[in-house]
Amino acid sequence: MVENRPFLTFLTHLTLILGVLIVAFPVYVAFIASTRGEADFLSGVMPLMPGPHTLENYSIMLESGMTSYGAPPIAPMMFNSLVMALSIAIGKIAISILSAYAIVYFRFPFRMLAFWAIFVTLMLPVEVRIFPTFEVVANLGMLNSYAGLSIPLIASATATFLFRQFFLTVPDELVEAARVDGAGPLKFFRDILLPLSRTNIAALFVILFIYGWNQYLWPLLITTDTQYYTIVMGIKRMAVVADADPKWNLVMAAVILAALPPVLVILFMQRLFIKGLVETEK
Amino acid sequence: MATVDLKDVKKTYAGNVVAVKGVSIAVPDGQLCVLVGPSGCGKSTLLRMIAGLETITDGTVSIDGKVVNTIGPAERDIAMVFQNYALYPHMKVYDNMAYGLRNRGMGKDEIDKRVRETAKILELGALLERRPRELSGGQRQRVAMGRAIVRSPKVFLFDEPLSNLDAKLRGQMRVEIKNLQRTLGVTSVYVTHDQLEAMTLADVLVVMNGGLVEQVGNPLDIYEKPASTFVASFIGAPPMNLLPLTDSANGATLSDGTAVPQAPKGAAILGVRPEDADVAVGAAASAGGLSLPATVEGVEPVGAESFLYCAAGGQKIIVRVSGRSPANPGDTLKVVAKAEKLHWFDTAGKRV
Amino acid sequence: MQAKRTIFPNKFLPYLLLAPQLLITIVFFLWPAGQALWTSFLREDAFGFKSTFVWFENYIQLFEDPAYLNSVWITAVFALAVTLLSMSVSLLMAVSVNSLIRSGKAYTTLLVWPYAVAPAVAGILWWFMFNPSIGILPYMLAGFGINWNHRVDSTDALILVVLAAAWKQISYNFLFFLAGLQSIPHSLIEAAAIDGAGPFKRFRTIVFPLLSPTTFFLLVVNIVYAMFDTFAIIHATTEGGPSGSTTILVYKVYADGQLGLNLGSSAAQSVVLMAIVVVLTVIQFRWIERRVQY
Repeated sequence: MVENRPFLTFLTHLTLILGVLIVAFPVYVAFIASTRGEADFLSGVMPLMPGPHTLENYSIMLESGMTSYGAPPIAPMMFNSLVMALSIAIGKIAISILSAYAIVYFRFPFRMLAFWAIFVTLMLPVEVRIFPTFEVVANLGMLNSYAGLSIPLIASATATFLFRQFFLTVPDELVEAARVDGAGPLKFFRDILLPLSRTNIAALFVILFIYGWNQYLWPLLITTDTQYYTIVMGIKRMAVVADADPKWNLVMAAVILAALPPVLVILFMQRLFIKGLVETEK
Repeated sequence: MATVDLKDVKKTYAGNVVAVKGVSIAVPDGQLCVLVGPSGCGKSTLLRMIAGLETITDGTVSIDGKVVNTIGPAERDIAMVFQNYALYPHMKVYDNMAYGLRNRGMGKDEIDKRVRETAKILELGALLERRPRELSGGQRQRVAMGRAIVRSPKVFLFDEPLSNLDAKLRGQMRVEIKNLQRTLGVTSVYVTHDQLEAMTLADVLVVMNGGLVEQVGNPLDIYEKPASTFVASFIGAPPMNLLPLTDSANGATLSDGTAVPQAPKGAAILGVRPEDADVAVGAAASAGGLSLPATVEGVEPVGAESFLYCAAGGQKIIVRVSGRSPANPGDTLKVVAKAEKLHWFDTAGKRV
Repeated sequence: MQAKRTIFPNKFLPYLLLAPQLLITIVFFLWPAGQALWTSFLREDAFGFKSTFVWFENYIQLFEDPAYLNSVWITAVFALAVTLLSMSVSLLMAVSVNSLIRSGKAYTTLLVWPYAVAPAVAGILWWFMFNPSIGILPYMLAGFGINWNHRVDSTDALILVVLAAAWKQISYNFLFFLAGLQSIPHSLIEAAAIDGAGPFKRFRTIVFPLLSPTTFFLLVVNIVYAMFDTFAIIHATTEGGPSGSTTILVYKVYADGQLGLNLGSSAAQSVVLMAIVVVLTVIQFRWIERRVQY
């Protein structure tokens, strides 16, 4: 800053440390819970120091889960979440980059109409039109399938917008040079535009992976077969149980496992994540 | 080798915006044709129509005697150097140069041979493995040139290729482009808004204004005999002094009433280039020449020459003298010019 | 609309490129939305055999229903509380990080990760901390003589979901505030310092006003977030209770539709929500357009 005030710097650090602690506290509590035995949750306040049951709790959850309460093991649920998150992220990027390319680099009748049709999807969160969409998916026979989990969520105006904004910043001369060099539209897309979009694609991928992994209502509605449960929705089923029979140690192990993959993605790809977040929203 | 022929070429954009109003130019084989004019005069549009990047509203563009109106840019056998170079940022210099050849299905060995030969000519050998962002402005310019040369096309098109360089580099590259074009003997069309660049490079100079050709010819011919006041003020720096004349009872006069008896019939504007004018104290005018009483208002010494800003005949006149200025601000003297150095234009601005 | 100076002349290809996106948009977005709109004008008889077109009756009934109006009120309180709480904490964090030279990056890392936590998971985390029998927070509150029970107390329940929702949104607001702060030219701050303004005065008179575009943007985004994206938090924890005290609009659509009693009314609720989203999006879009001009 402009002037050097040790007390102010101290205050700043104090504020931040306090903030970081508040932000981290719920997860810390959950982690502690996942390391203790069942007996710790029967009465009184839960302890704040790690217990000795970590491995036991996590291996129970990963391998067998709380089957007696209708919740499958976590490992296959995490796999389903992974499939869903990857399909949504890859699918969204693929169809958005193609449609943005069409809108920016071609002139054709109904171009504006197509643009607006895509734009309105930005306006309608899944939650708002959940039942009619459910019906469509049911009629198409896509309940209890990976396709049903991912395809209805992959149309995205946001990603199309990001690519459109980016394409508009690519100098016109680059297309012209490519045309003079004998590249047609598909060649230009593959050889020039796609490599240039690499960072944008990666940034978008981080955001969309998290979006896909964290889906809740949609999988809850369209999966009745435990084989297709995703972990985020599965937790709800366990938590309901835990109210009656407090196996909080196991539920919290599941919570930690559900939160871990997307958190790791953010921590390891922080730069891309921030770029993706700030740019998709602008 | 090829000729480029434009016949009555027109370009109208959506919304009836006319960019080019009918232009005919013939560029002989191996010559460098420069299109020069202020921004918005249609010179870039014309170049892009030759390249095939813009559709042609009317008229024909022929390359090597063949009409190419409906042929795509890649099939016209042209190469283009862009103002911002338009290098593919994610490709190495080598791949930037090879890309067009690969798209034409040329064999690997032949591509390698051509790229290395071209790199040698342009002294790019050491840069082949670099990416554009690791190059200086001048180096990028060379790569852009290399990308055009490596294809050995029938025609080179240059779209203000030097305007992103600093003044010193621009001078160097100008000489280099001229030499390369001479050596390779490839017919070229070069667009610029810089009259100095136009004068020094052109075999055929085309001065454009408002979507029309004002004058075509050899650069020095155009300099010596500008066809219009527009050309007169665009070519040459500082621009030609243009003094309006009025018809009165005792012939043509300047705005302060000074008679100009030597004015030919129909002349409405008198033009004198600063370098053709001189200042003199008390001397008489040479036969038929100009001699105007004047007051010096300002002097700009730039070393090798000096510019005198004078008030004469009710107008401002710039006079260029070599070396130091013989006068100081406030001095009264005469602005003189030889008869053969006077230019006359009619009311429409056309040369008389 | 903007496009390139040079375009490809292909006639058929652009449609092919657009096809997947358009197909999915039409099948899973436009068609269901149209269905909702149509159903909102219908009323089924008690057996679901036939439906009659009733014009705006579903809407009129909706706005006369005290339960719905109550939900509107709860939504407003909830959205406002989440937005204000989350934005003020984030702003404080962002300003602090921005004033540090070296350690700012480390704090940023420690503050961004809650973005990745699923709303449902965030809900469960706070639900557990506030668990009336073994939760750590009720135990602490009891020390102050406060008896916490979100299962019976409406206010407690609302506070719980507000905290969970605000917590999850801190990272997002923090990152945007930080980006906004970093884009303020340092020379302005220095000029103000030379003019004799201390750090707090500088923030109030220079930084905060210059930050107002970001603040406005976040205000809209947070309201949208609180109104629609918090569904999972509520569904995973209070399920709208106790006695409807956490039933925000988006949850009510789901709950009423799930019961399947009145499809027309549920559809009308969807349409009202869509209208709200459209208005908010247009406001946001306007803002984007304006910012682009800078």
